[in-house]
Amino acid sequence: MAYSDKVIDHYSNPKNVGTLDKSSKSVGTGLVGAPECGDVMRLQIEVDQATGIITDAKFKTFGCGSAIASSSLATEWLKGKTVDEAVKIDNMDLVEELNLPPVKIHCSVLAEDAIKAAINDFRVKNGLTELVFEQSHV
Amino acid sequence: MLKLPIYLDHNATTPMDPRVLEAMIPYFVENFGNAASRNHSFGWQAEEAVDYAREQVAQLIGADPKEIIFTSGATEGDNLGIKGVYEMYASKGNHIITCTTEHKAVLDTCKHLEKLGAEVTYLEVQPDGLVDLKQLEAAMKPTTILVAIMYANNEIGVVQPVKEISAIAKKHGALFFTDAVQAVGKIPVDVIADGIDIMAFTAHKMYGPKGVGALYVRRKNPRVKVTAQVDGGGHERGMRSGTLNVPGIVGFGKACELSRLEMAADTERISKLRDKLENALKQIDESYVNGNPAHRLPHVSNISFKYVEGEGLMMGFNKDIALSSGSACTSASLEPSYVLKALGLGDDLAHSSLRFGLGRYTTEEQIDFTIKAVTDTVLKLREMSPLWEMFKEGIDIDAIQWAHH
Repeated sequence: MAYSDKVIDHYSNPKNVGTLDKSSKSVGTGLVGAPECGDVMRLQIEVDQATGIITDAKFKTFGCGSAIASSSLATEWLKGKTVDEAVKIDNMDLVEELNLPPVKIHCSVLAEDAIKAAINDFRVKNGLTELVFEQSHV
Repeated sequence: MLKLPIYLDHNATTPMDPRVLEAMIPYFVENFGNAASRNHSFGWQAEEAVDYAREQVAQLIGADPKEIIFTSGATEGDNLGIKGVYEMYASKGNHIITCTTEHKAVLDTCKHLEKLGAEVTYLEVQPDGLVDLKQLEAAMKPTTILVAIMYANNEIGVVQPVKEISAIAKKHGALFFTDAVQAVGKIPVDVIADGIDIMAFTAHKMYGPKGVGALYVRRKNPRVKVTAQVDGGGHERGMRSGTLNVPGIVGFGKACELSRLEMAADTERISKLRDKLENALKQIDESYVNGNPAHRLPHVSNISFKYVEGEGLMMGFNKDIALSSGSACTSASLEPSYVLKALGLGDDLAHSSLRFGLGRYTTEEQIDFTIKAVTDTVLKLREMSPLWEMFKEGIDIDAIQWAHH
């Protein structure tokens, strides 16, 4: 199976690899997947409390090239968005942008789940209730 | 100059030796006869070529030429050997013993026979990949007609104690079948000394052409017969009908001859390169060699690099190096290698494995390049791995409640 150029580009030059301070109140962390399933994503957002805008996003991913590319692209999309806008990122947008084949759609689902988990972590830390999400498109 | 890409997937298939191709060429256009044509020179020429190849093949494994049944490859050999014994010896019993790390051609054949009434015992292997002889002994029953254990494993390269296994089968009156695809031509295989009754192997794993293989079927002590699975003209002593693939068989014969003559020198050279590769990659933190290192094919190394995923790892160099991984993502099933799981490896280690299969044309320069490329990519991906970060922080990853999806 050949990878799309965009997947190869994100894999070779991943954007926003790293770690934010997970104890900070302005940082939300989402850790999804499982080692036994062959992919684990950790995605973090840093939110400007006053504006609700995501000022920074970082990821670390254990997984195949498509999982790495999905999380790298997700962090790029998150930066500059408000939390409310970020909630609306759909896994199928990642699939389309990266041209993922059907067998790799679960990588994009994982990235969407990681975004939502990070947002909920941020909300809980700041005294808000967790959002309840529908199932993503698998 | 190093030529890219580098091929390190010789357990999947091997390039054909140019000397094999040279031997085959006259049998396509010029000497195209059907080896079963008894009444003219075209047929005689083809038959003579097949007879010569049969001797070359037999000589490599210490067999009599009459004991060689040509097939289309080892999958057919596995089917014919196992199904053929099940049918031929039905009056004697219906119990077959095999093991969990066999190739799918053996496992799926056994599953098929289970539907037809066979009782199949699938032995677990030990953590080093070897069959436990005590377990085998305990599994033998009066109804056991066949023990089917591979000679050497395709994923981790471990070589089973074939002599001991065949002795146990013989003691209990059962036949011993072995899928020896990865072993024949690579290490000495002798059907007499090893006590093998039936053995499947193939040309394309030993620098011969694809689409041709052989089934060894013992003729003496005991005389073994298998029921044909393809009906037709009664070729190959009635056990495998179908016009013989003359050029393929000629190539197979030549490949066997070359392997017999060059095996010792090839093994010495290739095992040194394998050891160099393995020793260098073992220097990487948290890397683990899979399978018993003392009972192993000389050209194979299977290594897990914990905290990085196999397919992601291969993507770092797969435009330059061809090899294979036990990771789920490389298979359609999304399940990691059943062979590695059978060793008791956690799914995380199975996902993190690479299989290196060296061969006749592998050079030291290629190995040096591979060591650097794999090491660099493992280190790069670990910087990107949340699991590696947790490991470094001393967090027990196994204690985390992961949400399985």
